[in-house]
Amino acid sequence: MSVAMDHDTLPSRPGPAASLTLRGVRKTFGAKTVLNGVDLHVPSGQFLAIVGRSGCGKSTLLRLITGLDEPTAGKIAIEGASEGRARLARIMFQEPRLLPWARVDANVAIGLGPDADRKLALTRSRDALATVGLADRAGEWPSILSGGQKQRVALARALVSAPRILALDEPLGALDALTRIEMQRLVEQVWLSNGFTAILVTHDVTEAVALGDRIVVIDRGGITADLPIDLVRPRRRGSPEFARVEEGILGHLLASAD
Amino acid sequence: MVAWQACASLGWIADTFMPSPYAVAAAAWRLTLSGELPQNLVVSALRALGGLVVGGGIGLALGLLNGLSRLSFSVTDTSVQMIRNVPHLALIPLVIVWFGIDEGAKLFIVALGVFFPIYLNTLHGVRSVDAQLIEMAGSYGFRGWPLFRRVIWPGALPSILVGLRFALGVMWLTLIFAETIAAQSGIGYMAMQAREFMQTDVIVLSILLYALLGKGADSLVKVLERWQLAWRPALQGPQ
Repeated sequence: MSVAMDHDTLPSRPGPAASLTLRGVRKTFGAKTVLNGVDLHVPSGQFLAIVGRSGCGKSTLLRLITGLDEPTAGKIAIEGASEGRARLARIMFQEPRLLPWARVDANVAIGLGPDADRKLALTRSRDALATVGLADRAGEWPSILSGGQKQRVALARALVSAPRILALDEPLGALDALTRIEMQRLVEQVWLSNGFTAILVTHDVTEAVALGDRIVVIDRGGITADLPIDLVRPRRRGSPEFARVEEGILGHLLASAD
Repeated sequence: MVAWQACASLGWIADTFMPSPYAVAAAAWRLTLSGELPQNLVVSALRALGGLVVGGGIGLALGLLNGLSRLSFSVTDTSVQMIRNVPHLALIPLVIVWFGIDEGAKLFIVALGVFFPIYLNTLHGVRSVDAQLIEMAGSYGFRGWPLFRRVIWPGALPSILVGLRFALGVMWLTLIFAETIAAQSGIGYMAMQAREFMQTDVIVLSILLYALLGKGADSLVKVLERWQLAWRPALQGPQ
């Protein structure tokens, strides 16, 4: 699939990547503490992978970063500012969440917000669809697309808004193994060419090692490991180095379970 | 149809019991020429439409409001549900006392009949819009009117159209009833007049007209569904 992007003709060229800082972030739902004092700094342009078991608070962390929820205590800042996170950081959900009553291109145009000029929005949407390899499906209804294609439309919708931080909340979890690997490559290529800061939440260690510059392990509401991954890209899943790193991360996850 | 005509022509069924199709057609032609049929048809159709617009409009507005606002729902829904449990046709005697037998009575009773299916289905439609889609749109800055127009309305529309189809059924039923009891024009009145003179052909004609009008209204909604709900997998042809 071609993801060649011409930055001079693509109007949806994103702004520069942004850095992210969390200080003492706590989140409680009633009596339940989901995040218990998280400190984290993500430099701009980094690909951070967050791994953890189900219910460890990693999805909650993403919702706080992208402004869908507010922390109970602590501070979250993008480029030093805690306001307007929702506009700078976009989230790709576990589900595609496409509007079934809007054509594919109109769904992508949602990413430009309610005030976007209709004609310009559709032009940009088609460009974004081209970057995810779905230029020829612009006029279709979402219901006829496959699961992987739907997530690619969701990726295009996030990209068209030119995010400075892209948060990915296990968006590939429901896909079959092959589609998953294709999507991981696509996400990596788009990240390399667009240069946003990426934060991927996943429970799949292989996926985290394939994509992350750095892996953070979260357990019981706190960070238990923070490891740089210095494998060269593109990473080869079968290689001994890859397996060694993967082994190490799994060790951290299993150790933290006890 | 052929069997029906044959039975009537051979005298197996008495004309006063069940007229032949030919006799019904002849009655239609006779009443069309006299102007009685078109006039009654227009009167009935206008009553139906008026009741639908008034009752359906209020039902739609209140359904949307109660679906979107918790406050409005808690204030009005219980009362609406109480009234709903009264068969609206039981109100006809009271309505006649209030409005006499002029147009107001028919409009009121039809409007009341169509209100409930539209209200209930609109409310249900708005309530059942996928919260994940609302959150997604919210994350891209959709609030207020844009959110309603792009997400809530199209999400609720399938249910609203189901309500409309129910309402059309109730509309004709109510109208027939109201017209046979208290009216001086309309198809129901025409049928009751015919009963006085044992004109079974006109009675059968009236019944057929109601069937045709009901079917016609339902087909209109189907066209509306095909157009507005083209995105639904069930309405898409093979690709």
